[in-house]
Amino acid sequence: MTRYILRRLFAMPFLVLGIVTLAFLLTTLTKGDPLTAIVSERQMNDPTVIAAAKARWGLDRSLPERYVIYVGNLVTGDMGTSFITRRAVAQDILFRLPATMELVIAAMIIGSTIGIALGVLAAYFRNTATDHFARLFALFGSSVPVFWLGLALLFVFSVKFGILPGPGRMDARLPLPDEITGFLTIDALLAGDLRVFIDALWHLILPAFVLGWSVAGTISRLVRANMLEVLGREFILTARAKGAGEMRVVLRHALRNTLVPTLTVIGYSFAYLLTGAILTETIFSWPGMGSYAVSAARGLDFPAIIGVTIVGGVVFLITNLITDIAYVIANPRVKLG
Amino acid sequence: MNHTETGVPLFEVKDLRVSFGRSETQLEAVRGISLTVNNGEVLGIVGESGSGKSIGMLAALGLQPETATVSGSVRFKGKELVGLSRRELRKLRGSRVAMIFQDPLSSLNPVMTIGAQITEALQLHNDQLSNKAALERAEELLKLVAIPQPDRRLSQYPHEFSGGMRQRVMIAMAVANDPDLLIADEPTTALDVTVQAQIMEVLADLQERLNLGLILITHDLGVLAGHADRVAVVYAGQIVEQASIDDLFAAPSHPYTRGLIASIPDMTADRERLFSIEGMPPALGRLPVGCAFHPRCPMCQEVCRTTAPLFRGNQKHEAACHFAELAEGGR
Repeated sequence: MTRYILRRLFAMPFLVLGIVTLAFLLTTLTKGDPLTAIVSERQMNDPTVIAAAKARWGLDRSLPERYVIYVGNLVTGDMGTSFITRRAVAQDILFRLPATMELVIAAMIIGSTIGIALGVLAAYFRNTATDHFARLFALFGSSVPVFWLGLALLFVFSVKFGILPGPGRMDARLPLPDEITGFLTIDALLAGDLRVFIDALWHLILPAFVLGWSVAGTISRLVRANMLEVLGREFILTARAKGAGEMRVVLRHALRNTLVPTLTVIGYSFAYLLTGAILTETIFSWPGMGSYAVSAARGLDFPAIIGVTIVGGVVFLITNLITDIAYVIANPRVKLG
Repeated sequence: MNHTETGVPLFEVKDLRVSFGRSETQLEAVRGISLTVNNGEVLGIVGESGSGKSIGMLAALGLQPETATVSGSVRFKGKELVGLSRRELRKLRGSRVAMIFQDPLSSLNPVMTIGAQITEALQLHNDQLSNKAALERAEELLKLVAIPQPDRRLSQYPHEFSGGMRQRVMIAMAVANDPDLLIADEPTTALDVTVQAQIMEVLADLQERLNLGLILITHDLGVLAGHADRVAVVYAGQIVEQASIDDLFAAPSHPYTRGLIASIPDMTADRERLFSIEGMPPALGRLPVGCAFHPRCPMCQEVCRTTAPLFRGNQKHEAACHFAELAEGGR
């Protein structure tokens, strides 16, 4: 097991290099001219300005040269400077990644909990009202677009009834806690500021629920199907014959046997949401990776685009590794090596 | 305590019926089975697959599928089990009455260690039992069913065991709480012939040592020879003959029983082909009128096609056939 993890970790830099290369090539080989993002339209006709801009951003060098310089800088943690924000891309991402992480982790907690619970209930009470409700809930979550759901929930809970706060990560009038983890809720707790903690948590509920619902839909359908299969297996009869109660039969004997496919979906959804929460982040004015990626793509902000792609790829790699390790814990028949 | 002496049998089933579906389209899988098992007695139940022998015994313990309806009476030490609350049934299952199943490959939970599964059986019926004590007892149980290196085996998972070893684990788990009655549903069917013999030995040994009432469900009459005290032959959801094992082999009264005995491969006989009963057992809901066996019966008469036979004979040996005496005499 340890050897397997070490081997995977050893392979990681090579995979990252592959991602970097792909991200770099795909971005620089696009038709768009990054100069339009750097130089104002009026100055585009001025050759001295263009030449200066090209020299300033290294666009006058050949592609292989730029690639080598980029990778060289990347090793030291330098992802270049954003054309638009004029800040270091690494710094931008370091500010935005925790915001997205916090949102996605909250969404995954909500989504997995609801999804697993509904899946189990639907399977156990198959073809009853409970089952129909769970399936409808799942269908709704995975088919309703998040931008509509987000707006609708914002309207109902924030505008109409004022129960939950509007967009943003926290009330702008409250003092920002010192940034330690970048997770507002955790930083507020570390700073001992309960008011900020509650406010941040309150702001987190709606966007996390919107994201979590679609995940819950996928997970509940998967868990339901797997539970139905497992509940029909003979060891379930054995457990009942031992005198185990239904709760124990379902949770301890059946659910554990459905964990492997569920973990796959949870891991995959997590990695996907980290870069795929664009719509939700836009609607809820969440200063995360998604909205950063959108503005970078729109502005042909090459360093930012490459940076976001690399971070997304690395997150996928790490999530995959964690999922693989979780398999072994969940299923003793899986042998890593 | 010997309940036979006080007149209350250990396990008494009367007119047990199990059916599926709703009134109009109801299919009866078990059509009124009655049998008795006394303390320390081994009863064999034999019949083809689908004859209702397994589902009947599952239903007796309240383990039937949700879609099934159960009626009749099942008494364990005089206590009625049909209609008993789930809680009360749970207390009995795995403690006083235990069960093992056909396929040891799928009847153990693949993601739990053997130790965890045995200690669960122990602790479910004794919440005072500490984890350490439970593990010690589990080790003893593995020794009891002759599994080598029991301490090491406890922390292993089912997939690390062979089929025969898994069935031993199932048996160890079943007798964990020193039950009075063990129901073994085709315990050797999924195993190799040599392993079958070993498992039967383990079962027979434990039955004697623990003075278990044992119900051996099988489709193979040969398995029962030398192990069962009495045998009930089941055909199409009903018992067609019941007798002591010696009487049954010496003088089978029902043509179906005779067919079963004739189909046991005989290594000493110089026969070209194995004997087999012609035809197929009837499908649920397509029972023939009269005697359920008549379409396959070599001695079928007019009365068999119209009237269902009643039991003939005495308490010791009875058979449901219009020509039971004739058949007996014919041997």
